[in-house]
Amino acid sequence: MSSVKLTVDHLTAFYGENPAISDISLEIPDRGVTAIIGPSGCGKSTLIRCLNRLHETVPRTKVEGRVLLDGEDIYELDPVRVRRRIGMVFQKPNPFITMSIYGNASAPLRLNGRLSRDAMDAAVVHSLQQAALWDEVKDRLEAPATSLSGGQQQRLCIARALAANPEVLLMDEPCSALDPVATAKIEELVKRLKEEYTVVIVTHNMQQAARVSDFTAFLYLGKLIEFGPTEDLFERPTQSLTEAYVTGRFG
Amino acid sequence: MASSTPSSRLSFRRRFTKAFRGFREKGADRLFLGLVGGAGISVLLLALALVGVLYYTATPSIRAFGLRFLLGSTWNPAAGVYGVLPFVFGTLITGGVALLLAVPLALGASIFLTTQAPLWMRRPVGTAIELLAAVPSVIYGFWGIFVLEPFMRYSVEPQLRIYLGWTGLFDGTPIGTDVLTASVILAVMVVPTITAVSRDTLSAVPAAQKEAALSIGATEWEVTRHATIPYARAGIVGGIILGLGRAIGETMAVTMTIGNHDAIPTSLFSQGQTIASLIANELLSNTGPLQYSAILEAGLVLLGISLSVNAIARLLVWKVLRISRGIVE
Amino acid sequence: MTFDRLARRKIFSHVVTVLGGLAVLVVLIPLASVIYTAASRGGSLLLNPAFYVKLPPLPCSTIACQTVGIGPAIQGTLILLGLSGAISTAIGVSAAIFASEYRTHGLGQAISFTADVLTGVPSIIMGVFIYSYFALYDPRLAFSALTGTLALSILMIPIVIRTTEEALRTVPNSLREAALALGMSKWRTTVRIVLATAFPGILTGILLAIMRAAGEAAPLLFTAFGSRLFFSGVNHPVAALPLLIFEFAESSYSNWIAVAWGATLFLIILVLAANVLSRLSIQRMVRRMGGR
Repeated sequence: MSSVKLTVDHLTAFYGENPAISDISLEIPDRGVTAIIGPSGCGKSTLIRCLNRLHETVPRTKVEGRVLLDGEDIYELDPVRVRRRIGMVFQKPNPFITMSIYGNASAPLRLNGRLSRDAMDAAVVHSLQQAALWDEVKDRLEAPATSLSGGQQQRLCIARALAANPEVLLMDEPCSALDPVATAKIEELVKRLKEEYTVVIVTHNMQQAARVSDFTAFLYLGKLIEFGPTEDLFERPTQSLTEAYVTGRFG
Repeated sequence: MASSTPSSRLSFRRRFTKAFRGFREKGADRLFLGLVGGAGISVLLLALALVGVLYYTATPSIRAFGLRFLLGSTWNPAAGVYGVLPFVFGTLITGGVALLLAVPLALGASIFLTTQAPLWMRRPVGTAIELLAAVPSVIYGFWGIFVLEPFMRYSVEPQLRIYLGWTGLFDGTPIGTDVLTASVILAVMVVPTITAVSRDTLSAVPAAQKEAALSIGATEWEVTRHATIPYARAGIVGGIILGLGRAIGETMAVTMTIGNHDAIPTSLFSQGQTIASLIANELLSNTGPLQYSAILEAGLVLLGISLSVNAIARLLVWKVLRISRGIVE
Repeated sequence: MTFDRLARRKIFSHVVTVLGGLAVLVVLIPLASVIYTAASRGGSLLLNPAFYVKLPPLPCSTIACQTVGIGPAIQGTLILLGLSGAISTAIGVSAAIFASEYRTHGLGQAISFTADVLTGVPSIIMGVFIYSYFALYDPRLAFSALTGTLALSILMIPIVIRTTEEALRTVPNSLREAALALGMSKWRTTVRIVLATAFPGILTGILLAIMRAAGEAAPLLFTAFGSRLFFSGVNHPVAALPLLIFEFAESSYSNWIAVAWGATLFLIILVLAANVLSRLSIQRMVRRMGGR
């Protein structure tokens, strides 16, 4: 139905001598939500951190294999440039503590040169609206980012990531530190974002994956067990391991 | 006869010994508490005694001069006039210039070591910088006399005179023994303090903040500039002020290189005197009880300045630790 | 978002890295210079065993001058460090134990705070304090090994307190609770369990304090006062390496200056080697204890 945005090709990533993920290959479609699920320690976070070259910033790590973004291997490109095109939202909201809400939302813009005050204001408003945060903060943009609640901080991080104008948005368990109400808001957000961006979301919550994603990948002990349209994977899994996991027999 | 209840199983003798030992343990406990408590109290008394004795000995001078001591710029033992201002100036100027030189170098080194430097380099270079702090002050002074002063006098100061003489800071004939040279040595002694505190605070920045910057496409330096340094800001400033505190109290290296002239320095090439070097030079070779008392009063002023500067530094560093612990839950 | 802007940002990042590396080099130059100067000017004297045991020479500036020795200064430094080390360990460790293990007393916090404050006191003030006290109550003892020891102890005690407190803090509470639950008395718990566990850290702290005191001349200017003779009792002035260096360096006699360089090299080797060695051995000790 849609074209392929990201291709993972025989990807293996190491912490020291130990492979956290081995020989993973899958194709992530454009403009859709792809979920990565699996029990704790299966390598979901490692996989997603390889997609924006964050894994290698940790000492004593190694990556083998390729990740193609629109056909180009991101490991041959400049990592700074890769991270502009592939953004990330983290498990624990991490807004820049010393900056205001406005500062956080405009950070990606300020990195890359002088925009006029008006242009920056417009971009900030746009990102905050995309992140469904605008109405809640519009009259306190100069307040410190830390004055927001957890859910709001996470949406601010989403706004910040979107302000860099990426093509892909990676989300590493974005709701696991949030309450159900905040979680619902973000799930709502994700469903809207997929119209403009390719979203890859790691989650330990199977129901969330079922609610939100179009495609799902199931990882176990660093290996890709199954990958396919979400509905198929949950209702008609082809691997017994997948079936055991989605029916709650372990994990 | 032998019944099976526990209390009668133990003979009377055994029970007595057990109770006695328990009593002795309690006594030992109390004795121990007394000993360590006594040691603790003696430390408190020591601190009080220090201030008390100094104050008592300085009283004649305090009574004779009052506020004029703090504001007077004449220190003339022959005329019996004592004002501490020249030495306050000397202390603050040497400290200030030392910071001016030390801060960029120390910050540059600490940022380099915590972010850019390859891992194998970090521990040995860090240790080398800390060794700078282990060299005794008197050795820096000795080196200052025989190595630094000629260098300053023949290579550095003439150039400064030529290129920066217009600022008015470099008047007078450079002879190497002056405020500037003393400041340079202080800078060397203070760099390890600032570097150590900066490295600690920079390393304490959570990875999450740095990854946030990376994820929006920042270069290494931009991560440092926008995420790491702002977070560590208060701690870094605290470290700088701590360095100032150290510079203020330094005696030997300064005494040996500053020229020992009891007047407010008018240029960086002037000879001067800090409160610490004043004490070192004139405490024993004084002209009478009034001068002795005045020198002790100067010592009190030095104590006051040091303690305030250190207090400010500790408050700042403490605040950073509190913030980092409060938010990173 | 132009591409050559990104290139510029990356070049800037590299320039900053180079500047940082330069800063490190500049900072280390004085250290290298001090060590080199001491080694070149004092090295030959250290090769002569008589240098370590003989009395200082008479001052002279001709070619054939005597350059031995620093015996009294070495002896004096050892005596002063030994005595003040013992005093400051006893008082400092005890006070730290009180502040950290008997924390319910508000006194503990006061002690911690006082120790912190005392570390900010300039070392010359400590000498002035001891001198002025003795000048008031017993001037005959003002210049003596006794007063020198006291002045150095004041310098060392706050350091020992702070490092001991740090070390005690690293001992997990579960260890203390387990010992108490087994019926161990408080003092036995503290000594046998807590102190034993914190021992490497405490030892480092004591060594740190001693090494700091080894190089200090300011507190001794008006207390130990210095001497050109060997130790003759705690009520007499005593020599010390930093004092010798100070006096001889500022003199105008070439042989005294040479002796001062020898003493400088000796002191530097002592202090720097002790610094590096203590770091390494403490690490090894900690690793061994952690491995259990």
